[in-house]
Parts: sequence; structure tokens; C-alpha cells
Amino acid sequence: MDFSWLSDPFYQQYLWTGFVNTLWLVAVSGTLGLALAVALALAQIQGPRPLAMLVRGFTTVIRGTPLLVQLFFFYDGVGRLLPEIPGVRDSLIWPLLRDPFFYGALTFTISVGAYTGEVIRGALLSVPDGELAAGRAFGLSHWQILHRLWLPRALQLCLPTLTGEAILLLKSVPLVSTIAMMDLLKAANLVRDETFLVYEPLLLIAGIYIALTLILTGVMRLIEHRFPGARPAATRRRRLLPG
Amino acid sequence: MSSYQNAGLLDWAAPILHGALVTLEIALLAYAIGLALGLLGAGTRLSAWPPLRALGTLYSTLVRAVPELLLIILLYYAGTQALNALLNALGDDTHVEIGGFVCAVGVLAFVQGAYMTEVFRGAILAIPRGQLEAADAYGFTRWTRFHRIVVPAMLPNALPGMSNLWLILVKDTALISVVGFEELFFTAQQAAASTRDYFVFYAAAGALYLVMTLGSNALFARAERHVRRGQPGL
Repeated sequence: MDFSWLSDPFYQQYLWTGFVNTLWLVAVSGTLGLALAVALALAQIQGPRPLAMLVRGFTTVIRGTPLLVQLFFFYDGVGRLLPEIPGVRDSLIWPLLRDPFFYGALTFTISVGAYTGEVIRGALLSVPDGELAAGRAFGLSHWQILHRLWLPRALQLCLPTLTGEAILLLKSVPLVSTIAMMDLLKAANLVRDETFLVYEPLLLIAGIYIALTLILTGVMRLIEHRFPGARPAATRRRRLLPG
Repeated sequence: MSSYQNAGLLDWAAPILHGALVTLEIALLAYAIGLALGLLGAGTRLSAWPPLRALGTLYSTLVRAVPELLLIILLYYAGTQALNALLNALGDDTHVEIGGFVCAVGVLAFVQGAYMTEVFRGAILAIPRGQLEAADAYGFTRWTRFHRIVVPAMLPNALPGMSNLWLILVKDTALISVVGFEELFFTAQQAAASTRDYFVFYAAAGALYLVMTLGSNALFARAERHVRRGQPGL
């Protein structure tokens, strides 16, 4: 094991850029994805039938195809067609449309929206009717019931599942290294190409990911605890095999 | 223009369908091995002997904390080297080159086993204790208890998780294309690059994956009805 390359500021720069980009991508697509998820869930529960069916189909397609294929579809497939639309090259958003980060964030936002949308839909449906009826009895408006009662209760119910989704998002970030975005894996691959070390850079970022997963789990657990009225997860364990 | 595109898609139809077949083969084999690894893993995690329990926990925790793509790249290179080192240590000087297929299956099965460990562990823990005690009271051997009581009783609990993992596995096979193994998505990438028709070929690849996942959803729904037979409806 040779980790002497770590002292080279050049490689440190690679890794730092990759690290920052990784976190940035998780933050952007996590936030936008959660917002999309709530919208998709509400569209399925309360939207008009055609819209609900459209969202249902969209969710099925996204959840039924590999994320890597979606990433290439948006980056290479859609991304190469965009310049053919007249006027796009001169528009203000053109620099954004050339940036791999944009396609990474777009793909991950859609993916988080589809997967988490199902989680939130289930949670919204499992909020007891009586609580919403109580809101109506107090004369709350439709919007007030949604953002004061229904949504907070649903999020509280599905927080542990959201933790899992957040970790899945973090672990899908290395995929963007395939569309030439500088994430941790891309950084490691550059180091590997230049130092001819096969394993060390990969093992290092594996370690970073394990640490990030632990930190993310800790942060989410903190949020779970701070959430008003959250029930502590059952932690009782029993051993059965072999009896 | 459009006739040229159609010709492109038709020319590539056979290789892409063959790629889809390879993808299915990899997924099925890796799933079978993953199931076995998962049962072993759950066995070690529930073992009464602390070192064995620690080993099982280490396996499932570490593998699940590292991104699949990273693991696949790491194990892809490490697998060949480890096998050669092992053969050399055994006094065999031949240098073996593991085929991409074996490597792909091995890597995916190793990852799958870690997730399967957790599914089986949860499902086994959910079996009412009395059922296992009843088996013991009847003097069942451990093997009889395992395959007559534990497996049938845990399957209804495990099947939703198993079906989820199968879907994840089918989608994860696409990651193998990153290390240059010719499965469905790698073939689609080649087709897209040679015809410059990225949109069409990536959409086609996506559609094929969708057919596979939707098809297996139907199969798993049937399997779930079967293992839940005799249980009150949910």
C-alpha cells in the first residue's frame, strides 16, 4: 500500500474538488428531488385522473430503468439534441446546458423524485383521516391543512425511509464520473492514471464514502430526534439462530 | 434521415437483444449466488458465536456503505489479481485471466449477498419464536428445522425485499458496462456512438430494462401469492 501521493498538493486538489462536487450534487438533487417527490405524490393522490396516471407512468419508467442509462440518456441523448433547437446556443441557459453537473443534478433530481415520491405517497395515505378532519373542523384552509398537518405528519412517518433514500443518493454520485464530471471517483481515476496505482486511490475514496455514509446516517438520526413527536425506532433485538 | 435512423436501429437490433440476454444471464446467476451468500450472511449475523457474528456484520455493513460502482471497479481489478495470487501461493504458476462474465457475476453476487443478508436477517427475526421452539420440542434436527420451518415461515416476510433486490440487481448490471464488459448497455453505447443516434439507442436500452423489470414484477407478485397461501389477506 502506497499512499505517499496524498502529500502531493496536485492530487489533494483533485480529491478536494471531487469531494466538494460530490456533496454539492447530493445537496442540490436531494433538495430539489424532495420537492419534486412531494409534488409527484400529491399529483397522484389529489390530482385529476389523467395527471395521476401520467405521473404513475413516469414513476414506473424511472424506477424500472437503470440510473446509469438515464444519466446517459439525458447527457448524451437529450444533451446532443438541444443545440439543434434554434436559438438555444445564444440563450442565457446555454452555459448551464453544457455543464455535466447540470445533467447529473437533473438525472438525480428526477430519480430521487420518483423513488421518494412513492415513499411520500404511502406516508401521506397513512396519516389518519381523523387528524385531517380535525383540521377542517378548526376551519383551516386546504393549503393550511397540507403544510401544517398533512405533510409534517407524513414526513414524520417516513423519516427512517428517507434516511435510506438519502444514502442511496449519496452512493449513486460516482455514476457521474462516467459523464466526465469531477467527483470523488473521477478524482481517484485521475490519480490512478497518473501514479499507476491500481487500488490505493479507490480504497481511499471507499473509506471516504463509508465515513460520509456514517455521518449522513448520524445527521438524519439527529433530524429524526428533533422532529416533534417522532417515535424512537424499535431497537430491541433478539437472537434466534441457533436456539 | 429517418430511414437511415431506422436502418441503424435494425442493424443493431440483434446485438442489442443478445446483450439483453447476457444481462439476464448475469443477473440470474448473480441472484442465485447472492441468495446463498445472503443465507450464509444472515446465519453468521444471527450466530451465537461473537467472532462469526462480527464477520457477518462487517461484510454487510461495509459492502452496503460503499457505492456499487466503486465496489464493482475495485473488485473487478482485485478479483483477477487475488485469484492469481492464490494460484501462485498454491504452487501453480499459470496466469489465469478470469473472463468478464465470471467477474461480473462474482462482483454483483458479492454486493447482492450483503443486501440479501439484511433481508433474510429481518425476515428470520420476524418468525414467531414459538414456531422454532415447537420445532425443537418435536426433536427436529437443525437442518430439518431450517428447511421445514425457518425457510417457509420467513419467505413471506423476505419476498418483498427479495423482489426489490432483484430489480436493483437487474439495474446494477448496467454498471458492468463501465469496466468494458459487453452486456445490454455496453452494446447500446457502442451502437449509439457508431450511429451518432444517442437518443434512440439509450431510449431503446431503457425500454428493454423496463420490460425486464416489469416482467419480473409480475413473476414476483405470483410468487408472493404462492408463499402467502393460507395466510389471512393483508
